[in-house]
Amino acid sequence: MELVNALVAITNYVIIPATAYGAQLALGALGVTLIYSILRFSNFAHGDTMAFGTGVVILVTWGFQSLGISFGPLPTALLALPFGILATAALMLGTDKVVYQYYRKVRAAPVVMVMVSVGVMFVMNALTRFLIGVDQINFDDGARFVINARQWREMTGLAEPLTLRSTQVITVVTAIITVAILFWFLNRTRTGKSMRAFSDNEDLALLSGIDPNKVVAVTWIITGALATIAGTLYGLDKSFKAFTYFQLLLPIFASAIVGGIGNPVGAIAGGFVISFSEVGLTYAWKKVATYLIPNWEPDGLVQLLSTDYKYAVSFTILILVLIFKPTGLFKGKIV
Amino acid sequence: MSTARQPGEASRLRAPLFFAIMTALIVIEGLTSGWNSALGIVNMGLLSAIMALGVNMQWGYAGLFNAGAMGFLALGGIAPVLISMPPTPGAFAAGGFAIMAAFAVAIIAVLAAIWLYRNLAGRARALAVAGVLIAGFFLYRAIFDPAVSAIEAINPSAAGNLGGLGLPTLVSWPVGALLAAGAAWLVGKTALGLRSDYLAIATLGIAEILVAVLKNEQWLDRGVLNVNGIPRPWPVPYEIDLQNSAEFVAKAQAWGIDPQTASTLTVKFAFLALFVVVILALIWLTEMALKSPWGRMMRAIRDNEISAAAMGKNVTRRHLQIFVLGSAVIGLAGAMMISLDGQMTPTSYNPLRYTFLILVMVIVGGSGNNWGSILGGVLIWYVWVKAGDWGPDIMSVLASPIPDGAFHDHMIRSAPHMRMLVMGVILLAVLRFSPRGLLPEK
Repeated sequence: MELVNALVAITNYVIIPATAYGAQLALGALGVTLIYSILRFSNFAHGDTMAFGTGVVILVTWGFQSLGISFGPLPTALLALPFGILATAALMLGTDKVVYQYYRKVRAAPVVMVMVSVGVMFVMNALTRFLIGVDQINFDDGARFVINARQWREMTGLAEPLTLRSTQVITVVTAIITVAILFWFLNRTRTGKSMRAFSDNEDLALLSGIDPNKVVAVTWIITGALATIAGTLYGLDKSFKAFTYFQLLLPIFASAIVGGIGNPVGAIAGGFVISFSEVGLTYAWKKVATYLIPNWEPDGLVQLLSTDYKYAVSFTILILVLIFKPTGLFKGKIV
Repeated sequence: MSTARQPGEASRLRAPLFFAIMTALIVIEGLTSGWNSALGIVNMGLLSAIMALGVNMQWGYAGLFNAGAMGFLALGGIAPVLISMPPTPGAFAAGGFAIMAAFAVAIIAVLAAIWLYRNLAGRARALAVAGVLIAGFFLYRAIFDPAVSAIEAINPSAAGNLGGLGLPTLVSWPVGALLAAGAAWLVGKTALGLRSDYLAIATLGIAEILVAVLKNEQWLDRGVLNVNGIPRPWPVPYEIDLQNSAEFVAKAQAWGIDPQTASTLTVKFAFLALFVVVILALIWLTEMALKSPWGRMMRAIRDNEISAAAMGKNVTRRHLQIFVLGSAVIGLAGAMMISLDGQMTPTSYNPLRYTFLILVMVIVGGSGNNWGSILGGVLIWYVWVKAGDWGPDIMSVLASPIPDGAFHDHMIRSAPHMRMLVMGVILLAVLRFSPRGLLPEK
C-alpha cells in the first residue's frame, strides 16, 4: 500500500506536471529547431513570438467571452487559437519581409542573424506589451479537473490524492495532434520534403529547383503556429506573463540542443528530458521518502534544488551536452 | 561586425561632431530639467559606457555574442557587498567557515570526478563519477544547509548575511572584475569552440542563474531584502557631511547655490570624476592592446577564422581570452554601479536593460571602436531615459484623435513600453543601414 501511495505521489507531483511542461517545451523547441535548420540561426525572438501569439489568443478569447461564445467544458482559448495562429504567422511573414530577407540575400554570418533576432525580440516585446500589458493573466475558463482529489479517493480509496487538471490533458492531446500533423507534413507532402531537402543541403536543393522563398515562408508560418500553440498551452496550464515567456527561451534552447539542434525528433525528446529533470530535481521528495522508508521522517523537504533554481537545471544539462555530446542525443546539425 | 570594411571612409570630424552633439544634448537637459538630473544621466551613461566597452571587446574585437552581460554585471556587483560592507558580528564564526568548507567539498568532488573521468574507462568510470558526484552533493548540502540557517538567524531584520570585510570600496572594484572573469572562464571554456550561437545561449543561461543566486542566497547578500548603505568609494563625500560643514555651506552660498543642491551636485561630480578616470584608463589600455600585434591578431581572427587558424593561431584560446577580459570589464562596471547606487537590489537586474540594451549601445556606437562604445553608451542611455519621459507625451498626441474610451486609455497606459519599440527599431535600423555604427572602426 505504501508503495502504491508513493507511486501515486510521484505521478501526481512529477510525472503529470512534467509531461505537460515537456509537451509545451517540445512545441517551443520544434519552432526553434525548424528556424535553425532552414534559416540557420538561433532565434532569440522565439520566446516573445510565443508571448505575442498568446496575447492575440487572449484578446480573441475575451472577445468570444463578451459575445457569450464558449467551448463547453473546454477553454474558449482553444477556439481562439486559429486566430492567434493567423495573426502570428502574418507577423512572422511581415518580419521576414522587412528584416530577415535582406540578411539572407547578403548571406550574413549566423551570429549577425542572431543579433538581428535580438532587435526583432525588442520590437515583439514592445508589441506584446502594447497589446496586452505586462501583468499576469489567467485565461483558462474551462472545467478545472478531469479527476479531482475527492473523485480519486472515492474511486480508489487511497490516502494519497491524485489530481488531473484538464489543462494538462488538453496540453498533451493538442501537442500530440500538432506533432502528428507536423511530421505528416514534413514526411509526406511535397513542400515538407522540399523543406527537409533544403535543410540537408541548401545548394543541392536550389539546384533541383526548390523555391527558397516558398520554403522560408512556409517555415515562418509553421513556426508562428507552433509558437502560438506552445504559448497558449503554457498560458492555460500556468498563466500568461510576457516576461515568463522570455525566460522560457533558456529551457527551450536547451531542449533543442540536448535533442540535437535541427532535428525535430530530438527537439521533442529534449523537451521531455529538460522537463523531467527540472521537475524531478526541484520536487520535494519528503512525502515519497516517508512512504518508501518505513519509520523514518526526514527533517527537511528532501528537495535537491530550490524551485528558484529551476533554470540552473536546463543550464547544467545544456553545458553537459555541450561538453560531452555537442551534436545532441539525436544527431543534430554539425556544430 | 560587418563583412565589408572600407578603411578611411569616415571623416575625421565624425567623432568630435558626435561627441559635441552628445554634450549639447546633456547641456540642454541640464538647462531644462536641472543639472542634478543631467549629471544623473551622465553618470549612469558613463557606467553603461564601461559595460559597452566590455561587450565591445567581445562583440567588436572578436565577434563573440555575449547574451548574458547582466549576469557578469550582477556578479561584479556582489563585490562591494562582500568587500566593503562591515562584517556582521558573529556571522563568520556561526557559519562562514562551514560555508567555505562546503564549497571546498564541492570543488574537491568536481575535481575528483574529472580525475576519475580521465583515468577510468567503461562502466567503472560511469559508476565512479556518478558516485563521487552524488556523495559530494549530499556532503555539501549537509555542511552548507546548517551553516546558512545559522547565518540567516543572526539579526534577520537588519543583517542575516555574512557581511563584508570592511575594506575600502575602491578595492572591491577590481574584485568585481575578477569574480566576473572567473565565471566567464567557466562558461567560455565549455561553450567556445562550438557553433557561434552556443556561446550566446550558454551566457543567456548563466545570467539567469547568477541573478537567481543573488535573489535567493540570503546569507550572501540578503536576497530580495536588499543590502543598503554600501559605503561610497574614496574620495566621494556624503551629502549630509557636506551640509554640516560650515566651510562648504559658506562656499556654496558664495556661488549662490543653496547648500543642499550644492552637496548633491558635488557628490555627483565626484562620482563623475572617478568614472572618467576609470574610462580613460580602460580606453588607453584597450587602444594600446588593439594597436599591438595582439590586436591585429584578434581582428584577423574575427575577419577570417579559418585563415587565422591556418596561420597557426589558436582561435578558441584567443576567443576565451577576450571573452574573459571583456566580462571582467563588465564585472568592474557592475561593482561601480553598486557603489554609485549605494545599495544592492537583486530584483532590479533585467536582461532587457542590462544585456540587450548594452548590445544596442555597442552596435549603435560602432562595433570594434572603443570611442564608439563610449558614445553609444551615453547616447543610448540618454535616449532610453528620455523615451521613458517622452513616451507618454507622444502617446497622448497619438491618442488624441481617438475618442475617449477603453482603447484611448489603453494607449495612454501602454506609453511606458515605447522605449522597447524605440530600441528595437534603432537596433534593426543600424544593423541594416549602417552596420558599422556611428563611429566606424578604423
